[in-house]
Order: sequence, then structure tokens, then C-alpha cells
Amino acid sequence: MSAPAIIRTEGLTRTFGSVRAVDGLDLEIPSGTVFGFLGPNGAGKTTTIRLLLGLLEPTGGRATVLGFDTRADGGSIREQSGALLEHHGLYERLSAEDNLTFYARVWRIGGEARAARIRALLQPLGLWERRGEPVGRWSRGMKQKLAVARALLHKPSLLFLDEPTAGLDPVAAATLRDELGTLVQREGVTVFLTTHNLVEAERLCSRVAVIKQGRLLAVGHPDELKASRATRAEITGRGFNEAMLALLRGRPGVVRAQLQNGRIVLELAESAETAPLVGLIVQSGGLVEEVRKDKGSLEDVFLTLMEEEP
Amino acid sequence: MIGDVLTVAWKEWRELFQLGGSHRGGRFSLVLLIGVFGVFLPLQSGAEWVQSPATVFYWGWVPLMLVGSAVADSFAGERERHTLETLLASRLPDRAILLGKMLAAVAYGWGLVIVMLALSLLTVNIAARSGAWLMFPWRFAVGAPLLALLGAGLAATAGVLVSLRAPTVRQAAQTLNVGILLLMFVPALGIQVLPESWKAQMGAWTLAIGIDGLLWVAAGLLALVDLSLLAAAFARFRRARLVLD
Repeated sequence: MSAPAIIRTEGLTRTFGSVRAVDGLDLEIPSGTVFGFLGPNGAGKTTTIRLLLGLLEPTGGRATVLGFDTRADGGSIREQSGALLEHHGLYERLSAEDNLTFYARVWRIGGEARAARIRALLQPLGLWERRGEPVGRWSRGMKQKLAVARALLHKPSLLFLDEPTAGLDPVAAATLRDELGTLVQREGVTVFLTTHNLVEAERLCSRVAVIKQGRLLAVGHPDELKASRATRAEITGRGFNEAMLALLRGRPGVVRAQLQNGRIVLELAESAETAPLVGLIVQSGGLVEEVRKDKGSLEDVFLTLMEEEP
Repeated sequence: MIGDVLTVAWKEWRELFQLGGSHRGGRFSLVLLIGVFGVFLPLQSGAEWVQSPATVFYWGWVPLMLVGSAVADSFAGERERHTLETLLASRLPDRAILLGKMLAAVAYGWGLVIVMLALSLLTVNIAARSGAWLMFPWRFAVGAPLLALLGAGLAATAGVLVSLRAPTVRQAAQTLNVGILLLMFVPALGIQVLPESWKAQMGAWTLAIGIDGLLWVAAGLLALVDLSLLAAAFARFRRARLVLD
């Protein structure tokens, strides 16, 4: 039996003047999922989070989150959710402990439970020893970790993370990603994660949706999405040119042929054989050194979707 | 609800007392004001400072100067420092956020006035060295804190209203300062240009109701303005609009 939907949207739409930031979004997110919401900048990811938190009213359609209608019961949704939004939202003049104490008080966590919870969250993130320092003195990576701790403070059923690793250097991003994965698993929380970092999505998410200009393009498990796309062949060598690409494009089973950094990258239909295509390249004067064939990454799926859709 | 209001006020206070760096100028102004109203003016006035019925009216507008800078930061500061959306995404009800910010500002302004009053009483007594301890008459002891509370309420409600829409703290503070200056000088200048017959009538009316009556009229008017501004702030607080701002 599948888990009940924690988020359900039906034709969810939000316009700003003539711009449709979210356009007829239909989603069903089961409880216990780490759901990745992927899209380029300006795709409508942040607006969707704001709609789901009941901070913005939809102009069309509807959404229920945790069983509450976003229009009527935004307060109940926010009561049971945690959020790390576009900005970390920390009070930089205050210490880490004060920041967490404030939000613990907001969620009515008092006394010893508050102190124990703060310690339980800060220690594994390596922030406990520095809890008395004003947050303004911290690095961006540390602030993001603290913001994650704040979002999990009240043990929410649902956690919204809006590009949590954006703006971090690769090391800090990888560290946060690892810690986020561990924390989310430990807390058993459903996560709605927006990102345009596809490695992050592939590492953390059990289901992903791809959105562009407010419209949903694809949704499913990352492996399902990869399997639904063409096979990818990458041919390394020398002497490749546009004429070869034109020949390749004319062959049955070749969905796409491109030159990328001196390599030929082919997208092939399931039935297509690679060997005759390699032969064609050799006959045309190309020198083939290596052929790699795989199903492609989530990034390939994402880029293909972005190119296909107007 | 009360717990939520106190939580927001707690956070505001923590932030207010963690000020440093660029806010040191604000601290200097604060010390200067405490010095003027707690030491300098009482020294100049002597026993009059405690006994004159007119001084009670000072205390209605002293909080306006104290609360302005703190309350300008309330929403504009959160917006400027990108903390507002996270606060709005929490479980706190709209009214708790608004009232918590107002409470923090009122408590700050009113608390400082009480400190100034106590300091001024001490200054006058030390300077007088009369042997007998000079005390505020009952009218002053009740009226000054009451007017100070209502004055702080005026600054807090007006300040929050301005701060809700101001894009920056600086702009909120400027708008608020202009408003406070107009509030102080327009009535004073307005009275000057009134026809003599009106002035005479107002003088007669003032004499008729006396200082006590005037105190209650002033308190009533301030309370009415405070409540109107509070209602306006409630009406103007819209989560969706604040998120999009």
C-alpha cells in the first residue's frame, strides 16, 4: 500500500500580472518522501513553496498540505512544517543559541526539552562549541547548517528546503548535503526540496519533478526518469565534424547528435545499435578512441527537458 | 496568544540590546537623552522640575524620540536582513507578530522614561540638599508614566505602520522622524495663527478644566490615536503582501 499524500495540488496556478509563475501544477507527494523540485532560476519553485506554506494565495486550482487547504488553513500547515527558504533567515546579531531559542519558543518547546533539542541538533553539525557566537561572524556554510537545524527544531512532519546549498562552495555544499541526508533520515521527515543542483537531487531525492516556466514537465523516481529517456553514447576521438553529425542524424534510432568539447554525444532510441554508427564515423575519416554508452544522468534528462520544451 | 506576543517581544529585546557597530551612534543619542531629561533639565529647573504641573506634559512626547529608532527597524529591518519571510513562515499568528513588536518598543520607551523620571528625582534632591526629600505630587506620579505609556504606544503603532511598508530601515526612520517633528511643531505653530478670540476661548477652557482635566483630555486623545493606529496596523498586515514586498 502506498503512503498517503502529504502534499496534493490540483491545477495550482499563481499569476503575477501577465506572468504565470505557477501554471496548472498537479502533484501528489507521498509521506516519507524526499521530493526534489527541479527547475532553472525563475521556474516557479519558490512561488510553489510560498503557495504550499499558505503564504501566497493561488489564483487558480487548489492545494492541500498535511491534509489542510492552503487557502483556509495556512496557519495549521505552518504549525506542522519547517522551512529553510531562499535566505537563511537567521538573526545575525544574535547567537546561534538565541536564534534556536527564539524559534523553540515560537514552537512552544520549553525548559529542558529546548536545551536538549538544541544540543541534539547542533552537536552532529559541529556547531555546539560555537553556539554562543553571533551568527553574523559565521561562514555561509555554517549559517546554512544552523538554518537547517532551526527548520528541524520542532520535529516537523514536513520540511521545505529552498535551494539549501545555493551559494556555498563545493566542499561546504557537499558537507551540508551529507549532513542533510543523515538528519532527514534520522528525523523521518518528508522533504520538499527545490534545487537546480542535479547531483544534489540525485543523491537526496526518492522522487523528483521538473518544472519550467511554472509548468510541470516530468515527475517520477530519478531512475524512472533516466530510463524514460534515450540511451546516451559518448564517442571520444579526433577528426569529428559537422558533416559526420549530419550523417549520424540521418540514421534510424539517432534522436540527437551533438559535438561537445570535441566529443560526439549521441542520444539513441532503445533499438539503436552503436557499432554501425561508429563505423560510419570511421568511414567518414574520424578516429575513434573510446565509446561509452549509458542511460545518462539526471542532468541529461533535465537538460533534454529544458531544450525540448519551449 | 500572550505567550506568542511575549516570544516576539523577547526576540526584539535581544536584538535591541545586541546592537553594536553602526548602532553605536544610537546608543550615544540614548545616553544624551537620558542625560538631558534625567540630569541637565532637572538641574536647570531645580525644585520646579518636581513641583511644576506643566512638566508632566513633557513625558508624553519624550518616548516619541526614544522609540522611533527601535520601532523603525521592526519590519523594515527584518525585510532588509532577509529574516521576515522565515518569521512569516512560522506558526506565529499575524497579531502576535505585530503586538510583540509593538510591546517591545513600548516597553523600551516606557522603561527608559521611568529610569529618567527616577534619575531626575534623584538629581533634583541631590542638588536641592534641603534635608526633606522632594517627591512628585500625585498628579505627576500618575500622569507622567501614563502619558509616557500612551506616547510610547503612539510611537510604536505609528512606527510599525510605517515600517510595514518601508523598503529600508533608514527610510522608515526618516518618515517617522518627519512625522514626529510635524506632530510636535504643527500644533504649536497652529495655535499661533489662530484668531485671538479662539485663543482666548481655549485659554478660558483650559483654566476651567484645570491641569488635571487637561491631563485626562491629553491622555484620552492619545489613547484614541493609539487605538486607531493599532487598528490600521492590523488591517495593513498582510502576510502575502509582506512576502512579495
